[in-house]
Amino acid sequence: MREPAAHKVVKVEVNGTVYEREVDARRLLVHFIRDELDLTGTHIGCDTGNCGACTVLLDGHTVKSCMLLAVQADGASIETVESLAGEDGELHPLQQAFSARHALQCGYCTPGMLMSAKYLLDNNREPTEGEIRKAIQGNICRCTGYWNIFEAIDAAAKGEVSA
Amino acid sequence: MIEDSTTVIPERVETEAPQKGFMGQNVPRKEDKRLVQGLGVFVDDVKRHGMGYVHFVRSPYAHAKIKSVDVARALELEGVYGTLTGDEVAIHTDPFFQISSPPGAHVKDYALAVGRARFVGDPVVAVVAATRELARDASELVEVEYEPLPVIVDARRALDDEAPILHEDAGSNMSWHGVYEWGDLEAAWAEADHIVRIDELHFHRFNSTPLECDGCLVEYNQGVGQWTIHTNNQFPGFAAIMMGPAMRVGLDKLRFVTQDIGGGFGNKITTHPQLVACCLLARKLKRPIQWTEWRTDFHLSMSHGNERWFHEIEVAVKADGTLLGFRCKQLDDAGAFLRYEPLGGVIWAQVAAGLYRWRNIRVDFTQVVTNKAPVSPNRGYSRMQQLWFTERLIDIVGHELGIDPVEIRKRNYIKTEEMPYETPNGCIYDSGDYARCLDIALDLVGYDRLEERRRDAESRGKLLGLGIGSTLDSGTNNFGQSQLINPDLQFSGNNEVATVKLDLFGEVVVTLGTTPQGQGHETTAAQVVADIIGCTPDDINVRPGHDSFWNSHAGFSGTYASQFAVTGLGAVKGASEILAGEMKKLAAVVLGVTPDEIELAEGQARMKENPEAALPFMALGAIINANNAGLPEDLDVTLNARYVYRPAFEVPDLERKFGNLTLTYATQIHACVLEVDRETGVYEIVDYAGVDDCGIRINPRIVDGQVHGATAQALGAATWETFAYDEEGNLLTPNFYDYHVPHAMDMPPLKNGYIESPSPFTPLGAKGMGEGGGAGIHAVCAAIQDALRPIGKPIVVDSHNPYQRVWELMQRPEATRERVRVESRS
Repeated sequence: MREPAAHKVVKVEVNGTVYEREVDARRLLVHFIRDELDLTGTHIGCDTGNCGACTVLLDGHTVKSCMLLAVQADGASIETVESLAGEDGELHPLQQAFSARHALQCGYCTPGMLMSAKYLLDNNREPTEGEIRKAIQGNICRCTGYWNIFEAIDAAAKGEVSA
Repeated sequence: MIEDSTTVIPERVETEAPQKGFMGQNVPRKEDKRLVQGLGVFVDDVKRHGMGYVHFVRSPYAHAKIKSVDVARALELEGVYGTLTGDEVAIHTDPFFQISSPPGAHVKDYALAVGRARFVGDPVVAVVAATRELARDASELVEVEYEPLPVIVDARRALDDEAPILHEDAGSNMSWHGVYEWGDLEAAWAEADHIVRIDELHFHRFNSTPLECDGCLVEYNQGVGQWTIHTNNQFPGFAAIMMGPAMRVGLDKLRFVTQDIGGGFGNKITTHPQLVACCLLARKLKRPIQWTEWRTDFHLSMSHGNERWFHEIEVAVKADGTLLGFRCKQLDDAGAFLRYEPLGGVIWAQVAAGLYRWRNIRVDFTQVVTNKAPVSPNRGYSRMQQLWFTERLIDIVGHELGIDPVEIRKRNYIKTEEMPYETPNGCIYDSGDYARCLDIALDLVGYDRLEERRRDAESRGKLLGLGIGSTLDSGTNNFGQSQLINPDLQFSGNNEVATVKLDLFGEVVVTLGTTPQGQGHETTAAQVVADIIGCTPDDINVRPGHDSFWNSHAGFSGTYASQFAVTGLGAVKGASEILAGEMKKLAAVVLGVTPDEIELAEGQARMKENPEAALPFMALGAIINANNAGLPEDLDVTLNARYVYRPAFEVPDLERKFGNLTLTYATQIHACVLEVDRETGVYEIVDYAGVDDCGIRINPRIVDGQVHGATAQALGAATWETFAYDEEGNLLTPNFYDYHVPHAMDMPPLKNGYIESPSPFTPLGAKGMGEGGGAGIHAVCAAIQDALRPIGKPIVVDSHNPYQRVWELMQRPEATRERVRVESRS
């Protein structure tokens, strides 16, 4: 019987850059992003897929990057929090709104929260509060109680991003 | 006989009302720009060439002898750098210093289990490898032979003759015992018209589960024998005191560095055992050592909140509802080790009386160890338990005597005109207006329509209840209270440091001693500095995080126990004022006038009478730092000001256990309206209000954020969060599946209110805040009890009330009613 593959070459596009790397077959996507690509904005808050700190967009859909192996992302296009701000450094409306509405404290959940919110607004320009809550129910925040996050996402949707 | 003397009341600080400036404004946070871009530096983001990843082999048994440890097979695996065992730790370190007096003083605690494992998750061996995955693989190859021992899980059985003893050196499972008695209980009991007796109440075990787990990256400089510890420990001063003696090195050999910390809530204070293990490994293996705790390991082994039992409770009440006093036994469950304990055995006394005027209190306090994860501070540390207890007493007494919860509170709350108020144990409540906060909270939840809403709920098969949670967030500890635990301890008072300097190109640079975890210290510090030296917060560069090599810290530096607005900003204010004085002095010399003729504004030092005659900050910085020839010899100006803020405290009277234990008391009054489903016990919060009073608010939006967060954590603990153990000592909630923290869908609507009662004792009139005293737990308990009143008047006896427990209360109300008796004299 053949041994299972221990390594595999993976080609992924992350934030517009194409990377081709040999990775451990068992390496989690989140560890690949953080440890090998050095994109440390994507965080890890649990080991069971509950917390959502590692949320990224994979081919436009939210995924928890601790719940995928890096090899499963072969051929995919990934967006992480580092992709949100413009080339000129201008913050994304969601980033501006999170700051303006004090929707972050320690900032650890924020990257995952922003990616879930981005997915929502990419697909729903006028979300209700219920839809906002549902969109981030897979992202745990321990600092804010979420109330200001609801407000920030609502404000970003409405283009009211200043303080 | 109790002497009739009083505590030394802190000196009133004469503070000018903050000028209309940046203080008091919702200045956007300086931290946000990096954090929203994922550009913060958290501990797991720190990487070094050649670093090895640690994985801890942990005990699967709650209590077992470690008969043998064999790491040979692990070491054979390619990519494994080395291991550390308990035997090595016992050779290279001494047991951690114990805070307790005997018997707890005899507990021996090391970085790894030595000879015996005492809880599931107790680290036994550390393995280091080239990758995280390899370290885990290698851990599986470590062979540990255990001999399981009997287990003690229930604190109430821990002192039974047949209970297994965790620490034989201590002789029993009791770690600490003390009796606190204030007032004249005999007279109060004689005066009382009713004695309300309650057999048992229970405050459950949970913690704040910061989203980032613990970690470190440790580098060892062999040439000078010094470690650099990049970590998210939130109280490096405490870690250093624990680690230095254990590792047999001076504190300057331990450099602590943090930048961003992903939540702390007190849970990141007691990581010193793991930090020591990593230090030993860095020295042994001659490479940087990286440790990032797994979520499951955090739940299994780190920083649970204190579980507490209350027994033989009696409350003395007059016919009109005036509360005269209470007495009880308290039994605190510390888990397997005393990492910060038994300080919880005195910290509760900061709020012994809660918000009430009763003058006669007796608490017989015992702390025991059990085969569960060690406890450590958790948001609201030890005061939350006491405040829950006093709120339960108020609501049970009211419930039994037929007095309305609002009325009994207003009758017994300490009044605003009595402030500063000396409590029976000598604490000085600085300011506040509890009754007014309660009125605001009630107004916010529509109290005037309560009966109408009860009827409406009933028509839908629901029972509606209102609950109030009144709490105090006592802040700025007097560490002298530790001497009530152990008179031999040499700790007292408090301090914090800040350095403010003007650099060569006119940059204002601020270094703090604190270790913020989301509290926005960079922002609020910049607001204070900007107002004092005359520029904007954007002009102020506050270094993120903490570095003990910055020389901007003191023994109590850190971020814990609700104090930054007092100690941290007190230090910032002090340093800024020194710097401002020096800037004026220098400008006066250059401009040939007196310092009194100079003002600081718009980034300049200029003549008040002639603003055209001005030196920009850049000129001042350049003159002192690089162009100082010809300055007067006696000009005492460095433009580098370090200030240590030290609140005025006395060591408490150890005999009477009497004294001022904290400088400030912020108030939170919460009101909760919930509806219980009569069939299932499922309840939903339909209205919720939190009213906060933390004195002068430097940045109101940051205050609101703390209020929100504390509320959410309390609501989580009230309904979902519990560290439950089975009889064998297995944790039943070791991850976020089983330990449900509130999600976005769980949050009720929230209304906030505030008042500002300035503290007369602090530099800015501000009070420490952020812990919130668990008001949500108390309010939910009270609301459930109120809602269930029509169906047999059950009593809420536990701080944790999942739907199942509410259903049980409805099924068998008599089971809890049996725990309460009223003895009345007519």
